[in-house]
Amino acid sequence: MNLTQKLINDGNAAVDEMLAGILAAHPEHLWRPDNAPRAVVARHGPRTGKVALVIGGGSGHEPTFLGYVGRGLADAAAIGNVFASPPPQPAVDAAMAASGGAGVLFMYGNYAGDVMNFDMAAELLEMEGIEARTVLTTDDIASAPRDQRQKRRGVAGNVFIFKAAGAAADMMMPLDEVERIARHANDRTFTMGVALSSCSLPQTRRPSFDLPDGEMEIGMGIHGEPGVRRGPLRSANDVADEIMDAILAEMKAPAGDRVAMLVNSLGATPLMELYILNARIAERLKAAGLVVHKTLVGPYCTSLDMAGASITIMHLDDELQRMIDHPCDCAMFRS
Amino acid sequence: MEFTTGDLKALFGAFSVRMATERDRLCALDGVIGDADHGIAMEQGMKAAADAARAAEGTLQDVFNAAAKGFLNAVGASSGPLYATALLRAGKAAGPRGSMPSGELRTVIAAMRDGIVQRGKAEPGQKTMLDAWAPAADAAVDGQDADAIAAAARQGAEATRDMIATVGRAARLGERSLGHPDPGSVSAAMLVEEICNAMKTA
Repeated sequence: MNLTQKLINDGNAAVDEMLAGILAAHPEHLWRPDNAPRAVVARHGPRTGKVALVIGGGSGHEPTFLGYVGRGLADAAAIGNVFASPPPQPAVDAAMAASGGAGVLFMYGNYAGDVMNFDMAAELLEMEGIEARTVLTTDDIASAPRDQRQKRRGVAGNVFIFKAAGAAADMMMPLDEVERIARHANDRTFTMGVALSSCSLPQTRRPSFDLPDGEMEIGMGIHGEPGVRRGPLRSANDVADEIMDAILAEMKAPAGDRVAMLVNSLGATPLMELYILNARIAERLKAAGLVVHKTLVGPYCTSLDMAGASITIMHLDDELQRMIDHPCDCAMFRS
Repeated sequence: MEFTTGDLKALFGAFSVRMATERDRLCALDGVIGDADHGIAMEQGMKAAADAARAAEGTLQDVFNAAAKGFLNAVGASSGPLYATALLRAGKAAGPRGSMPSGELRTVIAAMRDGIVQRGKAEPGQKTMLDAWAPAADAAVDGQDADAIAAAARQGAEATRDMIATVGRAARLGERSLGHPDPGSVSAAMLVEEICNAMKTA
């Protein structure tokens, strides 16, 4: 089998070389503590008396996670290898650098590896006298049934969920309140995706899974984990309808309610296709009587070079709308 | 026969070579039911463990502890905390000694199983690395010989084909995980084989 073509130097060095490039590009937003090669911290944001929001996870999802480090959003991020949770030390390094004495909130997608590593980090912080709590994101509705929400994966909905928690922290709310808002945001955020082609890891440069020509996989995870159903590739409107049917059925939003939405590229799918999807999604939301308060379209949570897209809807209320409207200024996201 | 710190460093070297050799096969197995990176994590983790073990000074426990830290900091992922905890427990079992009778590698295998249970909270039958470590540990505690312990691990890994994953990343697949071996159990059986080889040759 041919190796996939990538602009890399050494697959094993890809994450560190990417980080060097990001730090060189965004010195006004990001810095890296000494002796903490896999932690990045917001230049502006962390301050005394403020809850430190620390996010993190595997690499390969850029701009998730480190692109959302900045004032009004996350204070720091711990960076793992491609698709692999960071070990505990980068999470400790990130938390120590961002701590303002009001506690640390770890937020990351719900994956077994991340949970073990961040829990170990929280234990290490406790020994330093820093309280660390955790809110897992579980927005991928394709990854487990509704009655097992706590088993679901965290995917592109991270952007809105982190945003809500980051706004609460930036408003100097106490840890209890930031945690409550983070959980509330997660409960009201729903994502589902479709993959049209496999990604390939820089270390192997081989497709992570086989997806035959002409087929798509509905509900695929952002690491190429198999989804709920595989079938022939269908039109943008059909795909948008299938995903919106699932999200609307679960969200149960009464007419007149407001939503924030994200049409996300998994890496290789261009803006043209995202906007085609968005046209249909907007129609569907209008037909359901829902008001779109905010729309994001683009690559926000990717899966290396995978082709495909995901749709995220956050069901707003007054509180979440205030959090989503709060300004933020990150290296790869401003609002 | 005595198993020395030098033998332990050589064992970590053997782990590292084995994982590098099997990397692409483990990635391919993982691609079927997971995210295709298991071989990479095991290769990087065991390389770091071997490097740290080689540089470590002191007792068997010191070498195990250095390897645990090296593995964890190199990979994170799920295998990082699981194998780091396993290796710390193995170090405790080996103790602050310069060597031990090679037959006591049986207690090391059992201690690794205990560490994996403690950190991962899985049970046998859930299609994880424990399905290779647990039968190997049972055979070791039972006092069976090296070949029988290695065979128990291999059979355990093979039996994961018929299991439905209920913890870890593959759990979201439900019945779609049937028919495919768990890559974590396959790599675990390879590590058990290397320990058993050391038991025979030390």
